[in-house]
Amino acid sequence: MDIFGIPLQAFMGQLLIGLINGSFYALLSLGLAVIFGLLNIINFTHGAQYMLGAFVAYLSLTHLGVNYWAALVLCPLVVGATGVVIERLMLKHLYKLDHLYGLLLTFGLALVIQGLFRNEFGSSGMPYPVPEVFQGVFNTGFMFLPKYRAWVIVASLVICLSTWYVIERTKLGAYLRAATENPSLVQAFGINVPRMITLTYGFGVGLAALAGVMAAPIYQVNPTMGADIIIVVFAVVVIGGMGSIMGSIVTGFGLGLIEGLTKVFYPEASATVIFVIMTVVLLIKPAGLFGTQK
Amino acid sequence: MKSNAASPTAAQSQAHVWVVFALMVAVLALAPIWVYPIFLMKVMCFALFACAFNLLLGFGGLLSFGHAMFLGSAGYAAAHASKIWGWNPEWCVLFGTLCSALLSLVVGALAIRRQGIYFAMITLALSQMVFFFCLQIPFTGGEDGIQAVPRGKLMGWVDLDDNQNMYVFVLAIFLACFLFIWRVVHSPFGQILKAIREHQDRATSLGYDTDTFKLIAFVISGALAGTAGATKSLVFQLASLTDVHWTMSGEVVLMTLVGGMGTLFGPVVGAAVIVTMQNYLAHLGAWVTVAQGVIFVLCVLAFRRGLVGEIAHKLKKSL
Repeated sequence: MDIFGIPLQAFMGQLLIGLINGSFYALLSLGLAVIFGLLNIINFTHGAQYMLGAFVAYLSLTHLGVNYWAALVLCPLVVGATGVVIERLMLKHLYKLDHLYGLLLTFGLALVIQGLFRNEFGSSGMPYPVPEVFQGVFNTGFMFLPKYRAWVIVASLVICLSTWYVIERTKLGAYLRAATENPSLVQAFGINVPRMITLTYGFGVGLAALAGVMAAPIYQVNPTMGADIIIVVFAVVVIGGMGSIMGSIVTGFGLGLIEGLTKVFYPEASATVIFVIMTVVLLIKPAGLFGTQK
Repeated sequence: MKSNAASPTAAQSQAHVWVVFALMVAVLALAPIWVYPIFLMKVMCFALFACAFNLLLGFGGLLSFGHAMFLGSAGYAAAHASKIWGWNPEWCVLFGTLCSALLSLVVGALAIRRQGIYFAMITLALSQMVFFFCLQIPFTGGEDGIQAVPRGKLMGWVDLDDNQNMYVFVLAIFLACFLFIWRVVHSPFGQILKAIREHQDRATSLGYDTDTFKLIAFVISGALAGTAGATKSLVFQLASLTDVHWTMSGEVVLMTLVGGMGTLFGPVVGAAVIVTMQNYLAHLGAWVTVAQGVIFVLCVLAFRRGLVGEIAHKLKKSL
């Protein structure tokens, strides 16, 4: 069976890869949006922290024998903790300054982290084994679906939606949204806003690390994996607009799919299609699909 | 972005700036006696690149995180014009500048539709698009770049393969562009740019079409970055992907930050510092990246005025 002259098997395969990429775009842009909402900082270190997540998983597996499931819990905590330290030591001094300084500082941090790992591990990738439960494939009749990939899509959907639920539907999320609107008023109500900011940054960073752990068995673990993806995620964020959590999720998955489709029909453009879409969106709706221009 | 805005009295008196300028010319004219000229030419190319970038960030308050696309694409254009079409070097540089000006017109028109942090992200994303474009189309030579670019004969007459002649050529380009930037900063246009930087809505309410002014600043900055890139590709006889990569965009931000954004001489000093550092640390591989990152962090946290900005602050003069 063919779709527009493309064998169904190949077509679905690329769609699947698109969905996988989309899961990571969604997780990363979600973290960026949460951090930006409260801190007003674009976290350029996000890609490096995604890479850190993958590396902590890899190193704890090879040196300490920590398995995938433990890594899924531990890595976000460890990397999130380093995020808390970064926020307390550096970022908190920048809130009164122009937003651009936050971008520059986190860019510098990304260079440091990526440089250190490149020194230690070189530029070649290191394989991370797929956990045993997820080895093998589902035969869906029209294609073979690797179990691990199915897991990544489902897991990231669940994570994204529960983050959305916490922020939009719980009391904690209400505090968070209120502090995004007017931090001093929220503080006057007796809520410790500085601590909330610190924890939010830690949470956003933890999300990046979690994405890193999930990515480890699919892409190889390598020091530049974060640098490659972060620029695409920035474009995703520009397309979606950072105002809405659900917007980030939908845009992330959607663009992953479109990228996958481009690989089928016009492979040469697959590296640039997201940037082209960004250009079109800027022309039609400069604030982004889900954003509101301040 | 707040920076070292000149006080009105300092803006009126420009005498000390001429002194510093004369000093810079003297240093650049005499330095080849002691320092390897190719290295100095590299410094001048990056100094021009950083000055062009600073015109946008320091005086216009616009942080472009994709300026490498102008440096790199002008480099390719000039290299192509010289190697394939056999043009004279002065036309190659002009052609490169023109190509970058056109590119920056398109990119600028898109990017100024958003402000602040989005502006930075959009320029970064668009420059990544240009990078992939340069990687894929055949005329750039992909991973190899355009190699063995002939320097040619200036006006068909002065042989630029002689490093001494090349040095004078690069010095002339650098000084001409520097004076041009200086003039732009102190022109009415430059003053309006500063007004937009300080308070865009106020400038709008005064009747200025802020978007047009920002776009003009972006095009001037992109074109001059192109001049730097075109000159650089003739100096090194090479146009490669390094110059279009996002790391290059980061480097020019760093040079400007180290030297002092919003100062006239800061980017020149910053470029000299960073290029020197890269030269001495080159054998250490990725440690250069680490060092650059550390300098970034230190500058943002504790040294936001930069080297020249700090001196200017002590002297209470604009430099």
